[in-house]
Amino acid sequence: MNEPLVPTPPAKPHHLAWSSLVWRSALIGAVVAVTVVAFGYVGGWLAPHRLTPGRIVNQLQADAGTFPGYRRNHAKGVCVTGYFQSNGQAQTYSDAQVFAPGRTPVVGRFAIPGGNPYAPDSSVPIRSMALRFALANGQQWRTGMNSMPVFPVATPQAFYDQLKAQQPDPATGKPDPAKVGAFFAAHPETAAFLAWVKTAKPSASFATEGYWSLNAFVFVDANGVRHPVRWRMVPESADAAGDADKAGGTDYLYADLTQRLAHGPLRWHLLVTLANPGDPTNDATKAWPSDRRDIDAGTLVLEGTEPQESGPCRDINYDPLVLPAGIEASDDPLLPARSAAYATSYLRRTSEEAHLPGTAVAHPKPETKS
Amino acid sequence: MNSPAQFTLAARVLHWLMAAMILTMLFIGVGMVASVSERHDWLIRIHKPLGIAILILAVVRLAVRLRHPPPPLPADLPVLQKLAALASHWLLYALMFALPLIGWAMLSAGGYPVMLSESLRLPPIFPFSPIAFAVLRHAHAWLAILLFLTFLAHMGAALYHGLIRRDGVLSSMTGVRFRRS
Repeated sequence: MNEPLVPTPPAKPHHLAWSSLVWRSALIGAVVAVTVVAFGYVGGWLAPHRLTPGRIVNQLQADAGTFPGYRRNHAKGVCVTGYFQSNGQAQTYSDAQVFAPGRTPVVGRFAIPGGNPYAPDSSVPIRSMALRFALANGQQWRTGMNSMPVFPVATPQAFYDQLKAQQPDPATGKPDPAKVGAFFAAHPETAAFLAWVKTAKPSASFATEGYWSLNAFVFVDANGVRHPVRWRMVPESADAAGDADKAGGTDYLYADLTQRLAHGPLRWHLLVTLANPGDPTNDATKAWPSDRRDIDAGTLVLEGTEPQESGPCRDINYDPLVLPAGIEASDDPLLPARSAAYATSYLRRTSEEAHLPGTAVAHPKPETKS
Repeated sequence: MNSPAQFTLAARVLHWLMAAMILTMLFIGVGMVASVSERHDWLIRIHKPLGIAILILAVVRLAVRLRHPPPPLPADLPVLQKLAALASHWLLYALMFALPLIGWAMLSAGGYPVMLSESLRLPPIFPFSPIAFAVLRHAHAWLAILLFLTFLAHMGAALYHGLIRRDGVLSSMTGVRFRRS
């Protein structure tokens, strides 16, 4: 018998019974279907409620708008270049080449949080510093730090929920205070951040700020011993830059930086804090006690700055999980989420730079305000 | 009609080993880009060295294939199916080479160090270029989907040969011959 589905060749000695043919065809179909469903589930297409990097970045865009070619968060920033002068003191704890005595070139970026590259510098009291150390052995260390000692939330889901709560109401163009209030009420872990932000003022300079790693990492020494750490950059520029009220305009941070660098390099000390046993490494909302031991690992020296549209930091993704041998990620759940979301942001903005079909189209660029 | 010939032992071992690796790789790939959890990080750590391992094995496999041509398809197989078999096999070979190379080139173009382990680093094979990164990154994803679809067709066809046509094509690769019921 000839089934239309299966052109059984006439030369074939053994024909399948009709029922057998149906079952065997169904089995093949089922194997293929199960494989497709498993693939769709793992890939997130069949799991619409899973938090994915794409959903986080979509929410960042919903909050701030889409600005083609720009980072989806910390969109407003400037490039800086210089080097890190290691004094060798962190070598005991990490055998990363960057901590051997000597110089490592750095391409960095100062920025302010938020997805709008034209936001006024005074719109947030937080500044950020991102660095890429290019080690002589070809490895890299990338880090993104913020000028606050603790992060508001501890998990990617809470971060996403916070973004969602802060999404502007289409009617008012501003976040709904009820939703924001409900979010913070439901997230008591935000208390330390809220206490800090109450006293924080937008600084008038990037140079006078300290920058914290927020997330914990693990240093691995030459014997393979692991040391949980956090780090921060402590400025040498000690003059009180004051708050932004003194500065005019909306883009005073870049002007200030250019002016300071014209007078000479700016310096920060890289302080590495060693955890005591039991200090939380998986919770960026909790500062470690202030008596923890700090190692001064060396000096970050920044010598030049360029606008981000043409500077060398533009096409660098400051993924905090690009780490050299000797530094590893901790169990902080924010780290893989940052890495994943930054990758999505990088793909979107480079796709826009490449003018690939389906990407957001750039509006005529507003004149840089000064 | 049974084809009496089988693939050589080397070809069969390479086929099944790489089948497992490639299928694992496809699931790791779609899983890691859709995850924000620790899975994202450790899947990427597997993805890169596994991809390079597949590339190396693909070179070995191509050499084995050229040295030992595969057994002929059944003489009574319709021409269209023969063509589809031939085309899909060469497409699978092309993708086995293309995906790891594009992944490597993509990381190079993005300015990332291409780390296969904590300290083992491959040199860049493409100049730093955000535009090339974007193109290669999309190509990597779309060709991976094409590889998955080709794999599905390949698996479906293999089962069709083994369960319905029962013409010896599947057993030429499994190396196992079942008696017909």
